[in-house]
Amino acid sequence: MRSPLSRRTVACLALPLALVPFVARAAAPVAISIDNFAFTPQVLTVPLGTIVTWKNGDDIPHTIVDTGGAFRSPVLDTDDAFSFTFATVGEYGYFCGLHPHMTGRIIVTRG
Amino acid sequence: MEPQDTSQDGPTRRFLLECMTWAGTGVLWSVAAGLPQAAMLGSAEAAEAAFSFVQISDSHIGFDKVANPDPLATLHEAVEQIKALAQKPAFVLHTGDITHLSRPAEFDAAQQMIAEIGLPVFYVPGEHDVLDEGRGRAYLDRYGAGSRGAGWHSFEQHGVRYIGLVNVLDLKAGGLGNLGNEQLEWLENTVAGLSSSTPIVVFAHIPLWSVYPEWGWGTEDGARALTYLRRFGSVTVLNGHIHQIMQKVEGNVAFHTARSTAFPQPVPGTAPSPGPVRVAPGELRKLLGTTSVSFVPGRQPLAIVDTPLAG
Ligand SMILES: [Cu+2]
Ligand SMILES: [Fe+2]
Ligand SMILES: [Fe+2]
Repeated sequence: MRSPLSRRTVACLALPLALVPFVARAAAPVAISIDNFAFTPQVLTVPLGTIVTWKNGDDIPHTIVDTGGAFRSPVLDTDDAFSFTFATVGEYGYFCGLHPHMTGRIIVTRG
Repeated sequence: MEPQDTSQDGPTRRFLLECMTWAGTGVLWSVAAGLPQAAMLGSAEAAEAAFSFVQISDSHIGFDKVANPDPLATLHEAVEQIKALAQKPAFVLHTGDITHLSRPAEFDAAQQMIAEIGLPVFYVPGEHDVLDEGRGRAYLDRYGAGSRGAGWHSFEQHGVRYIGLVNVLDLKAGGLGNLGNEQLEWLENTVAGLSSSTPIVVFAHIPLWSVYPEWGWGTEDGARALTYLRRFGSVTVLNGHIHQIMQKVEGNVAFHTARSTAFPQPVPGTAPSPGPVRVAPGELRKLLGTTSVSFVPGRQPLAIVDTPLAG
């Protein structure tokens, strides 16, 4: 039997999701690492509504820039992270605004 | 290592390149009548030059990682090195990455330190200098007086035409450095009226030539810029960004990249990424330094001398 406390926790966790448009249900967040001037995984497929977080492990700053203009991070210094919630199905090509040879792709499916 | 004159032995350019890259020796490097010649520098030759200027690059003020926890201190050493030059330079060129993260405090610290040289300083931005929300607005507010576009500018001194180009903005996915149409047209117009005997010095952050595209070390439309400069008898292209000395000669065009005053980066292909190289503390200053360029009117050659901060 559930305690009142854990019911409250569940309600709190659900609240931020309710603020995100077009998201029918929670998708597990996914991380992309930036190490040695490369995004890993370089190509990522996620269901609609997924929060993707990039984290910079290099001692040089990077940025995350969508070629289509959907997102653009501020500069990420070492250990800084940037998150974006993918609320539209499609394919997103992105690169580092400082080192444009660094590229990655995210494919958002209906889930 | 002491400067030595090896010009009698006619050393190959490959040898000299290795000498510069690995031993960090001062090298006199001249381009006369389109024939590149190189020789280790004797101080007497440097002293007779009619005028000179100094290039510093990649000071990365704000960087605080293991490769160099205090780049303001090494910039200070570079400043002292310039102040101690036997022949007082006419001015200083800074080829970008002044700061590490484009923060106002970083720009302030760099500006105060560089002002200690007591000479005019001309800048072009690096990709680390345009990270503010305005994508270069902060740089332009500080250094952009009299410039066009993202900070391109041109001036003449002692009969030499200097052109500062900006190739760190509007970079495209998968691409290299980028000048863009507007700037290229401005460059074409800027040099259009000049006599072909005018010595040209072009300075920009990312190398205009293809150094190592796998690491983004080159400029997408750099070749187009060079077509406007081909007719000139003496063109010197000074770049930074790669934190090490590289040079090549193509016809009348001499390309040269300067050391950083902050931290070294790896020789192309020798590391998994172009990130800062960590060396033993005693080794760092051998890999940092400044570049001095001398010009003797009537003798045409521009002499480029790289001097490490130590050793
Ligand atoms: Cu990057
Ligand atoms: Fe740099
Ligand atoms: Fe750079």
